[in-house]
Amino acid sequence: MDAVRMVGITKQFGPLIANNKVDFELKKSEVHALLGENGAGKTTLMRILYGLYKADTGEILVNEKPVQIHSPKDAIANGIGMVSQHFTLVPTLTVAENVVLGFNEGVRLNPGQVNKKVEEAAKKFGVDVKPDTLVRYLSVGERQRVEILKALYRNISVLIMDEPTAVLVPQEVDVLFATLDRLRKSGLSVIFISHKLYEVMTISDRITVLRDGKCIGTVDKKDTDERSLARMMVGRDTFGVQRESEQCGGKPLLKVQKVTAKDKKGLQALKEVSLEVCEGEILGVAGVSGNGQAELASVLSGTLKPESGKVMLGDLDLTNLDPQAISKAGVGRIPEDRHAGVVGEMTVAENLALEHLDDFLKNGILNRKMIKEHAEAMIKEYQIKATPSIQTRKLSGGNMQKVILARALFTQPRLIIASQPTRGLDIGATEYVRKKLIEQRERGAAVLLISEDLEEVRGLSDRIAVIYEGRIVGILNCEEASEEVLGLMMSGAKEVAIEA
Amino acid sequence: MKLKYRLVRSPAPAWFSALIPLLAIVVTFAITSIFIIIAGANPFEAYYYFLISPLTSKIGILEVLVKSTPLILTGAAVTIAFASGYWNIGAEGQLLAGAVAAAFLGTNLVGVPQPAAVLIMLLGGFIAGMLWGLVPAILKVKLSVDEVVTTLLMNYIAIFFVSALLNGPWRDPVSNWPQSPTILANTMMPKLLPPARLHFGFIVGVLAVVSIWFILSRTGLGMRMRSVGMGQEAARFMGVKIGRTMFITALISGGIAGLAGVTEVAGIHFHLIDAISAGAGYTGIIAATLGNLNPFGAGAASLFLGLISTGSQAVSRSLGVPSFLGEVVQATLLLVTLAMFLLRNYTLRKVE
Repeated sequence: MDAVRMVGITKQFGPLIANNKVDFELKKSEVHALLGENGAGKTTLMRILYGLYKADTGEILVNEKPVQIHSPKDAIANGIGMVSQHFTLVPTLTVAENVVLGFNEGVRLNPGQVNKKVEEAAKKFGVDVKPDTLVRYLSVGERQRVEILKALYRNISVLIMDEPTAVLVPQEVDVLFATLDRLRKSGLSVIFISHKLYEVMTISDRITVLRDGKCIGTVDKKDTDERSLARMMVGRDTFGVQRESEQCGGKPLLKVQKVTAKDKKGLQALKEVSLEVCEGEILGVAGVSGNGQAELASVLSGTLKPESGKVMLGDLDLTNLDPQAISKAGVGRIPEDRHAGVVGEMTVAENLALEHLDDFLKNGILNRKMIKEHAEAMIKEYQIKATPSIQTRKLSGGNMQKVILARALFTQPRLIIASQPTRGLDIGATEYVRKKLIEQRERGAAVLLISEDLEEVRGLSDRIAVIYEGRIVGILNCEEASEEVLGLMMSGAKEVAIEA
Repeated sequence: MKLKYRLVRSPAPAWFSALIPLLAIVVTFAITSIFIIIAGANPFEAYYYFLISPLTSKIGILEVLVKSTPLILTGAAVTIAFASGYWNIGAEGQLLAGAVAAAFLGTNLVGVPQPAAVLIMLLGGFIAGMLWGLVPAILKVKLSVDEVVTTLLMNYIAIFFVSALLNGPWRDPVSNWPQSPTILANTMMPKLLPPARLHFGFIVGVLAVVSIWFILSRTGLGMRMRSVGMGQEAARFMGVKIGRTMFITALISGGIAGLAGVTEVAGIHFHLIDAISAGAGYTGIIAATLGNLNPFGAGAASLFLGLISTGSQAVSRSLGVPSFLGEVVQATLLLVTLAMFLLRNYTLRKVE
């Protein structure tokens, strides 16, 4: 008997089909991995099961009985609990208070009794937490255990974990896996969302692979290996834009030397990253999201100070320069989050001028005529559907990206840092951005292209660096970089010696 | 029971934004009527005295401008700060710092011709306000200390500092009242239309509004300030120096608030008293918010608040209700307007 069966689940967000007739079966007391790239539809499917989204079509059966799940409350009533990537704990309350919060009989709270009950539950499920500690003093791994206990305390039989290892250090991952193993033995079913192959191979009994919203298949762990999982996960049609030549004879312009940096949470995000980009070359950086790409782009853009290491642009040391100095040194930057790259409330003309504002000033006064003419010229050249005086937030994603592109490229920079430049864009805008990047390369600029889109990286790059857990695990020439090899490297299963 | 209509998060139609001032006044009227009735007066009559009667005579209109003068300045000070993402709640303290400077200079500028003396007074008040805003600005930029807390607390330091001065060294030797000695005649703000109280400070207020409009919309500094206010992360990415910009903002804002202290000392009271500000520092926040952080909007809101403030005295005189009702109306108007601003993000949709 299946603990949960989802049949023909379809969910559409506007034009995007996040889940396309997905079937999913979960057996009793198994750890079932849901594997796929970012945007494959894993989280959407599980949010439907947990009642956070409503499926457009499809059916959900719990213990072979059809159920309607409209809210997390319904899900919990059906024995389904979820631990999301972002914890929902109150830091100023104790562990026990967090566990019983919203699941407390009556109005009065008896702290002693609650502590005892939570402690018993923790012992019963083998989850190691101290009930009377304030959550704010707990590490990320401990907080996750509280989240798990919170779900278990509500008498669930199915536990969904959304990329639980993304926030953990390796030792904590071991503890988590031991906990999951114990839960499995006690009869609980676990759905484990992940895109890391070795984790999936370590902990799960069965694996369902999603790709582009479709279910590619479900396999037993014992019948598969990382290589075939990678193929299931990334295999798809290749990309259309062709590069003209294979040249990379230029001299190295950007030199990143052993750069180490921490992310916002203080975790080590970049570990001794070294790479070079030559003039007239596009170097792609491939990787699954959250492996240090954002921090690499921030360090190179001047918005994140590295802990150690060096960034050189020719003979110029960029390492600790601020964004303005880096921009003036001839670096065009396209940020990962385009909404953080433009001030939405300001006009298109203002956003086009702000980065190089000194060029648009006369004795500190804005040269409004020049700003307007510049905007008009950029709108024409980059085919932006906008007027100079429209608020930038009113633009579509593609047009907003073109504003950023125009701002980054009009000064003819020597180096371009493009971070996820086509994420979320429609086909037309995507092709346009890619064409522009290739133009820059033809012009002799060095381009660093950071992207999670493998087709894009393979289609545009001369060489491809693969980043995994903050390290460059290999730099390949484009022709060596098959999707399969990249897929394995991106999920940490394979490493190649880094070329000098 | 199920509601047939539901508020959906999507921008409200343009006509709604245009109608906000009128809607806010009507809703405020409806709400405050309750208090007016409790106070034993007819709300329609009360609102006649609040909004209409001050405008029926020339002297009344000039008095509205007098009451508006400090609000225009503090409103401008708060507007430039808020528009630049620096939450200066300290206009009250900065105003008092300016007032202290004016009281000091006003008794010491012996023999200086009036135009020069008035200019020195204004400059001194501006610098004093700036200095009072300096500590929170440094804490914000260097240590990321929340300026809402520090600027607010600086207000209390200023209030008690003024009180200490007036009950100690500056106590008027003639009357023995807790007020500083009267300032010299050459340091007083010239009257614009004698014998009415309206003084040169009003012109200073108008100039301040025009100046902050010019800074914000016509200069590179102002564009950088607005970018910090509207999208700090993007501004940083585009190379705007956030700390430096905020620091300059804080000083300009403090300086303008300081001017309000000068105009009250040298234009109205002619000495420093405990109640010199009458809450203008806080009412400036209301003015800036009602004006939607637009300099001219804040100016217009200041005039309206000045009208209510003048009118509250008329209500009190004519109907015998407490003049505090004026403050109740001002505060209610603020809350209602804020709610209206929120509603701009919503539209009413029919639920099937």
